[in-house]
Amino acid sequence: MQRIGVFICHCGTNIAGTVDVKAVAEALSHEAGVVFSTDYQYMCSESGQQLMREAIREHRLTGIVVGSCSPRMHEATFRKAAAAEGLNSYMVEIANLREHVSWIHKDMKEATEKAIILGRAAIAKVHLNAPLQAGESPVTKRALVIGGGIAGIQTALDIAEAGFEVDIVEKSPTIGGKMAQLDKTFPTLDCAACILTPKMVDAAQHEKITIYAYSELEAVKGYIGNFKAQIRRKARFVDETKCTGCGICTEKCPMKKAPNEFNMGFDKRGAVYIPFAQAVPKVATIDADYCLMLKNGKCGICSKVCGAGAIDYKQQDEIIEREYGAIVAATGFNPIDAKVYGEYGYGTCPDVVTSLELERLMNAAGPTNGTLLRPSDKEHPHTVVFVQCVGSRCTETDERGKPYCSKICCMYTAKHAMLIREKYPDTDVYVFYIDVRTPGKNFDEFYRRAVEQYGVHYIKGMVGKVTQNGKQLRVQASDLLAGEQLHINADLVVLATAIEPDKTARSIGTMLTASMDTNDFFTEAHPKLRPVESPTAGIFLSGVCQGPKDIPETVSQASACAAKVIGVLAKDKLTCNPCVASSDELLCNGCSSCEKVCPYGAITYTDKEFRGPNRTTLIRRVASVNPAVCQGCGACTVACPSGAMDLKGFTNKQIMAEVDAICK
Amino acid sequence: MSHSNHATEQVLRSSGVDVRKCMRCGKCTATCPAFDEMEYHPHQFVYMVEKGEIEKLAASPSIYKCLSCFACVDRCPRGVEPAKLVEAVRLSVIRKQGQNHMSPDAIPALLDEDMPQQLFVTALRKYSK
Ligand SMILES: Cc1cc2nc3c(=O)[nH]c(=O)nc-3n(C[C@H](O)[C@H](O)[C@H](O)COP(=O)(O)OP(=O)(O)OC[C@H]3O[C@@H](n4cnc5c(N)ncnc54)[C@H](O)[C@@H]3O)c2cc1C
Ligand code: SF4
Ligand code: SF4
Ligand code: SF4
Ligand code: SF4
Repeated sequence: MQRIGVFICHCGTNIAGTVDVKAVAEALSHEAGVVFSTDYQYMCSESGQQLMREAIREHRLTGIVVGSCSPRMHEATFRKAAAAEGLNSYMVEIANLREHVSWIHKDMKEATEKAIILGRAAIAKVHLNAPLQAGESPVTKRALVIGGGIAGIQTALDIAEAGFEVDIVEKSPTIGGKMAQLDKTFPTLDCAACILTPKMVDAAQHEKITIYAYSELEAVKGYIGNFKAQIRRKARFVDETKCTGCGICTEKCPMKKAPNEFNMGFDKRGAVYIPFAQAVPKVATIDADYCLMLKNGKCGICSKVCGAGAIDYKQQDEIIEREYGAIVAATGFNPIDAKVYGEYGYGTCPDVVTSLELERLMNAAGPTNGTLLRPSDKEHPHTVVFVQCVGSRCTETDERGKPYCSKICCMYTAKHAMLIREKYPDTDVYVFYIDVRTPGKNFDEFYRRAVEQYGVHYIKGMVGKVTQNGKQLRVQASDLLAGEQLHINADLVVLATAIEPDKTARSIGTMLTASMDTNDFFTEAHPKLRPVESPTAGIFLSGVCQGPKDIPETVSQASACAAKVIGVLAKDKLTCNPCVASSDELLCNGCSSCEKVCPYGAITYTDKEFRGPNRTTLIRRVASVNPAVCQGCGACTVACPSGAMDLKGFTNKQIMAEVDAICK
Repeated sequence: MSHSNHATEQVLRSSGVDVRKCMRCGKCTATCPAFDEMEYHPHQFVYMVEKGEIEKLAASPSIYKCLSCFACVDRCPRGVEPAKLVEAVRLSVIRKQGQNHMSPDAIPALLDEDMPQQLFVTALRKYSK
């Protein structure tokens, strides 16, 4: 028989205002096994804990019930206090009298009654509680970062600076992400490449950082501290260790018909290419879809001109296996396909472009060497119309757009408008907006500068349609403040298209068992208090893959994420949660039901020998749970048809005892 | 803003439109091909219904100038469907007058070679509820 102590907290007036705490303590003192019952103003305070500790000593308590706030708040506090008196932490139960009672009820009588019932349930559970010991698992002191945009680069640099090894897996031939494609950056208008490329070089040269570019994650197994990842190094058909990045092959390649994705397809590149001058690693890649040699065995010019002998047409994909203590998702974003907005003429009128395309059209290293020319006839545009919120802020059921605000487009459009007016003062620039959203340091000042100093015409309204009208575009729009419908002849229309997570994010999320929202952004463990961690232990989030962000925000989050990773890697051992599932081998029939429902892949099966009747032995397939992987969600215990699976600390018997106590 | 007035409720009910979803972007009005003919424009219909100004709308020639082309319905990013409000107001006027009801059976008799088909669709939309 347990000797149980009950402590009912007033939580100031939070609980005591609605619940008659004295009556609760009194009623519970008569429950079987309760040898001490009291109420106190603040149980979580130093003196409240002291009260509990004294009672444990004096009344030789073996179990504790605290009627207080949610266990999310102070379970750890009370467990520590109990442990300080030599009582196993898992002998403490919380009856939630605040969130589940006082905060949601008004009537004192009813609330008090409910509080007593919840207290009884907790007592019933404590009777069946058993001491639990948390195990330990070792930590592999290396991190994996998936995605080499500015987010992944910053996270990797910070982890490496703390002295831990980091691998970056980047699916494209170079790291850098979208920032490498940008021209100038708001709100300071410094050139993106000038501030990004030194970081790319730092990452490449850091002795603790290994970059696996042109590589993809194939599979991940394991758990926090002990992940095993398979990485597919896609065949570049160029030996990375030999290539010097001289670029002679890219010049001599006769097959110059591949669309240059770095320049958003505005120009062509060779079948063998280096994405841009500052690419990291600066190594050529052969595009198998275009290479004449790989397609029909005729050409081989690059191999002949390469002085380093780096070209290898026989190269195959290679799978490598590495171990990690923590994994960071930094898979970034892409603009949505603007073609779904037929009314804006994207895809049919060449002079309707997206904002990211405009970045290339204005970039000194872009297809026009930084001179803004219309794609159709390479003429200077004199009237430019920007359309905000294309595909953002749509209703939930909208098939074409996204329900969220993409957050960055108001600012980059102000930047684009300003840069165009500065370089080409003879250009008329219109921005059609629904709202101009500029929360951020120096952001609104930046937007006002576009209006006041640069004379950009901001019009509250939307564009309804864009049609080709001879050499120009006819833009039909509303000006809501003037109550007019406008018809503007424009030379260039720029669509601030919504952004969405990279299309591969979902499969990465599945591999990592990291949860995602309905828009495929990774979800954080807590939206306010744990914003850079995934709910899955050991998985961390960096950059736009978690939600729309600009560069300053991305970099701050990337560093915060690194701090969390370092927190894991700095430990030699991790304490495991002892409330994990375990299966009773004698009851398990090896049906696989539990394995199918386990979201963390914690369950495996082994063939075991059992003693059969008449001295025979019998081999049976039985489930076993890896306690380090199990997160204690309990899904398997419900799925198991034989009642073999049970969760420590939340056994079927304990739960039933609680239910019985409530229904009594 | 009065939400309780009977006429407003009737328009909201018969149109099935949730005016609160409107974010005042003005894309409907930017799209509307009958803009020049109208006193009130699609985004204004939405706002006026929200404010309960049905009488003002009902008295305006705008409700007969709407082409029922449904461009505003198609383009609205928030799924508000402004043209359905125009239709509902129009209906409420017609119902009140107790006339102009047309049954689908009556239509074939009115067929005329020169009439664009769309007109029939419009007629059906306008009168057949
Ligand atoms: C038109 C435009 C203009 C902008 N202008 C500005 C500006 O002026 N100022 C500003 O502060 N911000 C600006 N931004 C925002 C800025 O681009 C982002 O904040 C920043 O790029 C986010 O970095 P990221 O690393 O999270 O994502 P990304 O840059 O998208 O990087 C993600 C990386 O991960 C890789 N990846 C994706 N999936 C996988 C996978 N499965 N496996 C391996 N690798 C993967 C991608 O190839 C990519 O390299 C602008 C954005 C746009 C679209
Ligand atoms: S940031 Fe501005 S342009 Fe982009 S979706 Fe939000 S409100 Fe629209
Ligand atoms: S409790 Fe959840 S995490 Fe643990 S083994 Fe069962 S299903 Fe998997
Ligand atoms: S398009 Fe839709 S959301 Fe925009 S103003 Fe019109 S009704 Fe409102
Ligand atoms: S349905 Fe009426 S209001 Fe809507 S766009 Fe067509 S004419 Fe304009």
